[in-house]
Amino acid sequence: MVTLVLPRLISYEGAARRSGYVVERNAATLSRSYWLVMISGFLEPVLYLFSIGLGVGSLVGDLTLPDGRVIEYAAFVAPAMLASSSMTGALSETTFNFFGKMKFRKLYDGMLATPVRPIEIALGELAWAMARGNIYAAAFLVIMVAMDLTTPARAVLAFFAAILVGFAFGGLGMALSTYMKSWQDFDIVVSVQFTLFLFSGTFVPATSYPAALRWLVEATPLYRAVDLIRALTTGSAGWFQLLDIAYLLAALALGLTIAGRRMGKLLLK
Amino acid sequence: MTLIHARGLVKRFEGFTAVDGIDVDVQPGEAFGFLGPNGAGKSSTMRMIGCVSPPTGGELRILGMDPVREGPKIRARLGVCPQLDNLDLELTVRENLTTYARFFGIPRKVARARADELLDFVQLTERADSKVEPLSGGMKRRLTIARALVNEPEIVLLDEPTTGLDPQARHLVWERLFRLKQQGVTLVLTTHYMDEAEQLCDRLVVMDAGKIVAEGSPRALIDRYSTREVVELRFAAESQEPFASKLDGIGERVEVLPDRILLYVEHGDEAVAEVQGRALSPAGVLVRRSSLEDVFLTLTGRTLVD
Repeated sequence: MVTLVLPRLISYEGAARRSGYVVERNAATLSRSYWLVMISGFLEPVLYLFSIGLGVGSLVGDLTLPDGRVIEYAAFVAPAMLASSSMTGALSETTFNFFGKMKFRKLYDGMLATPVRPIEIALGELAWAMARGNIYAAAFLVIMVAMDLTTPARAVLAFFAAILVGFAFGGLGMALSTYMKSWQDFDIVVSVQFTLFLFSGTFVPATSYPAALRWLVEATPLYRAVDLIRALTTGSAGWFQLLDIAYLLAALALGLTIAGRRMGKLLLK
Repeated sequence: MTLIHARGLVKRFEGFTAVDGIDVDVQPGEAFGFLGPNGAGKSSTMRMIGCVSPPTGGELRILGMDPVREGPKIRARLGVCPQLDNLDLELTVRENLTTYARFFGIPRKVARARADELLDFVQLTERADSKVEPLSGGMKRRLTIARALVNEPEIVLLDEPTTGLDPQARHLVWERLFRLKQQGVTLVLTTHYMDEAEQLCDRLVVMDAGKIVAEGSPRALIDRYSTREVVELRFAAESQEPFASKLDGIGERVEVLPDRILLYVEHGDEAVAEVQGRALSPAGVLVRRSSLEDVFLTLTGRTLVD
């Protein structure tokens, strides 16, 4: 038994270690001006929260949740902003940056001449993308608590949910990038991303759409992400949210598997 | 032990065969070369040896292991200097070595010490904290070579190590590689420069269209496939062709190139005298020793660098 399991464990341990080296490489590239990038990434959802959550919210008034509870509009929009900023952060890192590193800067060709394997690069890049996104998520949740849009305990749960959302979109983004031929293809990613941002139950409940459209919306990954985080921050989470979690985990597994395989195919010709 | 062992090695891409069944054996401490023109299959062979390209057919063992199943283990003991520098442009010169060392699991402290040593070896200590982008081509290549040495490899693979460098930069690279060779590091390199092959290789194979057409030491190949000396004649005319027939009988062989005629002879000066005796007055005459370039020309009827 030990002889069967142990080599496996060691090889997984090695994989984690080597993915860590990929993260280290990215950390080494951080320049002193990086905080500027950080601030812009953090500000985006905050600005949306203020302009739409508070601004438009003052026109909309309060909102009734499906379970009958009434919450203010800002409390409805804020978790959606968190979910979409997790998506945007993960996608920008795993599409633009990842594609550039792979195709144009030939960065991975150098890495693959070492013991590091394609799937380990994918994991390392994903972990790195998440590290940045998680800082934004934490900061945003602090603001939500300060504005009384959620409670500290709920914010902690929502933080973990935001990490899962980031990973799921990061995995999908990476898988997508391996199919991209040129920078033009990313226009499609940006359009899809923006469409998701507008229609995933972000600004209005999905129940306000016609039935056919509603089903479509509820099948999108961002809707599942918004549903999960909103349920957590508003304290209305139930069994149904397990479906969200399963959906996002499946997206992550699918994305990573495809990304690892495709990278092997593209780089190890 | 044979470090690299290939039998009937084949690499096929969609629609064409890059490597067409080659046999190669590289022994420890050897400087082994693949000489051939662009497209001969040298880089494809190197990528297979570097375990980043699975063979389509044949047998390949690197350090006694299977490159497909034990790729990471083999790569841990190889140093690779690719044809095109793929240095990390976001990092400094020194960081390029230290982060690369980490990919091999080398502890940070050791990595830093080794980076300093290697920077000294490739004469880049003064540029240690510079970014990579502003470096000259020769410096970038030297840094890539240093990076390939960071894991103290048993075999160093160099794909066209001096292509695109100016003569001075080339000589500096050669001199460093020669030092490595003296330290007992096994070098495997590809080149389409015959002078590079002659300078660095103990033994080489001549490749053409995916096949090995000759094998041996540079000296042995020249002795076997060429004459001792070569006379190069340039005639001031549109075409060199008409002059070829007038040279019949001088030397062992006459080769007509677009811009000159080569006479393969034992004694160059005697042949030149004979040419002049036939009342031919070429605009340029050069007597030189045979080189690997001539070996390649004899074997394939083409020049190495077109």
